[in-house]
Amino acid sequence: MATQQTRTLARAMLAPSVILLFVWMAIPLALTLWFSFQQYNPLNPIRDGFVGFSNYLLFLHNPAFLWAILNTLTIVVGVLLITIIGGVALALLLDQPIWGQGIVRILVISPFFVMPPVAALVWKNMIMHAQYGVFADLARALGLHPIDWFGQYPLLSVIIIVAWQWLPFATLILLTALQSLDGEQKEAAEMDGANFFNRFIYLVVPHLARAITVVVLIQTIFLLSVYAEILVTTNGGPGYASTNLPFLVYQKALLEFKIGQASAGGIIAVILANIVAYFAMRAVGKNLDR
Amino acid sequence: MARAVSTRRTAVVTVVAWIVALLIFFPILYTIITSFKSEQEAIQGFNLIPSGTLESYYDVESQKDYFTPFLNSVFLSVGSTILALIVAVPAAWSMAFAPAKRTKDILMWMLSTKMMPAVAVLFPIYLLFRNLGLLDSRAALCVMLMLINLPIVVWMLYTYFREIPGEILEAARMDGATLWGEIIYVLTPMAVPGIASTMLLNIILAWNESFWTIQLTTTNAAPLTAFIASFSSPQGLFWAKLSAASTLAIAPILIMGWFSQKQLVRGLTFGAVK
Repeated sequence: MATQQTRTLARAMLAPSVILLFVWMAIPLALTLWFSFQQYNPLNPIRDGFVGFSNYLLFLHNPAFLWAILNTLTIVVGVLLITIIGGVALALLLDQPIWGQGIVRILVISPFFVMPPVAALVWKNMIMHAQYGVFADLARALGLHPIDWFGQYPLLSVIIIVAWQWLPFATLILLTALQSLDGEQKEAAEMDGANFFNRFIYLVVPHLARAITVVVLIQTIFLLSVYAEILVTTNGGPGYASTNLPFLVYQKALLEFKIGQASAGGIIAVILANIVAYFAMRAVGKNLDR
Repeated sequence: MARAVSTRRTAVVTVVAWIVALLIFFPILYTIITSFKSEQEAIQGFNLIPSGTLESYYDVESQKDYFTPFLNSVFLSVGSTILALIVAVPAAWSMAFAPAKRTKDILMWMLSTKMMPAVAVLFPIYLLFRNLGLLDSRAALCVMLMLINLPIVVWMLYTYFREIPGEILEAARMDGATLWGEIIYVLTPMAVPGIASTMLLNIILAWNESFWTIQLTTTNAAPLTAFIASFSSPQGLFWAKLSAASTLAIAPILIMGWFSQKQLVRGLTFGAVK
């Protein structure tokens, strides 16, 4: 019964969203692409002009670039490993009957709602501080020497903070998926004498596969662009030890005003994200057909 | 006998779960505790019992002007959410109830814009804001946040609207309801819960957005994210004040978050996990 009038109306209702998103995506991206082939320095405009691919070459030959790519991937993989393994374990734990389940759940998911600058500053000053942090107090109580987390293990420290923020997300999604597991199947497996390990491998893991995929893909999108956590803790240092791609682009663009190079870095970030996005879209797209 | 065993098991699991949960929650708990300490107490080593002084809260407001960034955060998160809903509700409605051949492509394309890394457009946006004199402008930032979250809002609304049965519309039409009658009397009441959850999640996301809010503001429009980030410059040890400011910054959203657990899963997985 979709009449011509309904169809026109539907299109008119859809148009604002599509146009807004298109403008918001296309124009800045086109500008970035244009700048990436330009020499452009607001502080020194004499040499501005078209330079071909030299920005890309400069960016790629910058030793910081290799660090940044490596660090970006290390953060993504490190946080994913911690949150998936921890998330599955926590989801299995919270799926059991527990006294005060509601409160336990609330405590576990809370870190996800903490804004990144707060999470980073709290960990930096109160938990990991080499002198006054809780970890330092703990080390002294055990007779050990406190660790200078951000000086000695800057990237690991960032990974720990980011993992703390995302563990609740993984847990919550895996728990939701776990709760949809058919109770009768579990009982049948138990009756057939399957022990916990077998039930986990043959029943739980296949059931969680889809949720794990979703967690991996969505977290990857966000983890590729970790920014505030680095800004307030290590500021990318020491050296480039904790600089990731977004942070390097930010440094080039707004601190050094090397706009051409920063734009080239931005385009590289887009390519990286697109590779991930390709897989993400396929997985989420399947859901639409269901 | 079996009952006794299962009770003991529950007790063990409960103890383990509570310990793990408290460890995960500890940084937040310790922040709240430290906010009730004086600055001297805060650096005197591990101590879970604060003196209960409110001086940090008082100092945060009187020395650092906490209230302006707080109001900015409220304005930005609520404002951008309402803007996004105004644009997204019609779009999601039309895709859910009058799907065309390209509906799925459009949805996927919208999602793909969310995957574009913000740094890729940092400079053009910064330049645009600077040249138009929009740096540190609340209204401009509000529109930015709306655009950032628009794909999620459209998607979430779409997954909710899609669950409203189409037969109800047909029945209403048979009874002679007009298109607007349909929307106002039939669809709206069924859509309200979905819209409310979408709103809640989007406010949380906008409140915590920490890339553009830090890059595009200085003082007037700076929300709590930028306010807290300004504590990172080493000006001495003022952890009790930092804790007080942090507690105030996360408390409202923490409470909202607790109420939106279920919607969170659905919204952030684009309906892939329910």
